[in-house]
Amino acid sequence: MAHNPLDQFRINRIVELEAGGIDVSFTNSSVFMVAALIVICAFVILGMRQKALVPGRWQSMVEMSYELVANMIRDTAGSEAQRYFPFIFSLFTFILALNLLGMIPYSFTVTSHIVVTFAMSGFVFIGVTIIGFSRHGIGYTKLFAPKGASPILLVILIPIEIISYFIRPISLSVRLFANMMAGHTMLKVFAGFVISLGMYGILPLAFMVALTGLEIIVAILQAYIFSILACIYLNDAIHLH
Amino acid sequence: MPQLELNDFAPQLFWLVITFGALYLLMAKVALPRVSDVLLSREQRIANDLDAAQKLNNEAQDALRAYEAALSEARAKASALAAETRAKVQADAAVQQAEAEARLAERATEAEAQIRAARDDAMANVREIAESATRDVVSQLLGTTPDDAIVNAALDAELTRAGLN
Repeated sequence: MAHNPLDQFRINRIVELEAGGIDVSFTNSSVFMVAALIVICAFVILGMRQKALVPGRWQSMVEMSYELVANMIRDTAGSEAQRYFPFIFSLFTFILALNLLGMIPYSFTVTSHIVVTFAMSGFVFIGVTIIGFSRHGIGYTKLFAPKGASPILLVILIPIEIISYFIRPISLSVRLFANMMAGHTMLKVFAGFVISLGMYGILPLAFMVALTGLEIIVAILQAYIFSILACIYLNDAIHLH
Repeated sequence: MPQLELNDFAPQLFWLVITFGALYLLMAKVALPRVSDVLLSREQRIANDLDAAQKLNNEAQDALRAYEAALSEARAKASALAAETRAKVQADAAVQQAEAEARLAERATEAEAQIRAARDDAMANVREIAESATRDVVSQLLGTTPDDAIVNAALDAELTRAGLN
């Protein structure tokens, strides 16, 4: 049972807590969320403590991540979306930190839980929908009717557009969760082979080294994809295609 | 699958809201303004430096233009002075040359007059010399003294032919 590849995703309550009848225990998942919070704040705030005109290495990294997210928002959603910059930046760095912390052996990957990724994508979805309706009123529903399509085509297109709109939070959350879970499960499965194959365990071990590199790329890429898709949805809400 | 353990949803969502909310507030209110301040001040500093460089460059261009103007003015003045001097020298030389030529012409006329006088004198004597020479030649050859009328007639004819009479 100890070698079950899914054991790594188990939630362990470290401190049992309850507030208003709701279980708010401090779990291993909470440990890594707090760790991500601390890592990001330390990275940004300590990196900028000198406020140097000519940045050092650390400050350069902070500025590069700032400009990465700023450019991402400007390129996909335009300059009007800059007011949501702190949210997108927090989203990107939070997912990135959780993914990368999860790559440390014996650690826990918060983003491998569908409830966490779905909560984030659901928040983005609801937020984007509210922004869309508050900017365009009922005109926001024009999003479901692509311009220039013939009326006959619209009969087919509108249901498809509506379904694809409401499926967004699911696809967004499942993409991140499935990538994280699959990668970590695969690593665990191959780690089991290393022991059971004895001498020949060197082969799955070599494979695991390569896979770990791939997983680090996936960890960065998925954080980027999650935030860029949030920007694209934001663009729809602001500019209606 | 631990991901589908419904009892674990509440604590995860609770801590997600707490940590992400704290992250958002810290980023929006504390961390990101610092980054944007630094980026903005750097941008301004670069823009200011570029402005200052542009201003200095303009000043240098102005100085260069002023220098070139002064230089061309000086050059014009110098060439005007040179032309003036050249004209004066030429005028002086022309005057002196004219004077010298006048002097020479005067001397030439004088000399011509002297030459003409000397020639006239010489011409006056030609007939006398020719007459005596003729008498001597005739007396030597013939042993007689020639008739004056015949000698004079021959001399007149001969001198007329030579254009000296």
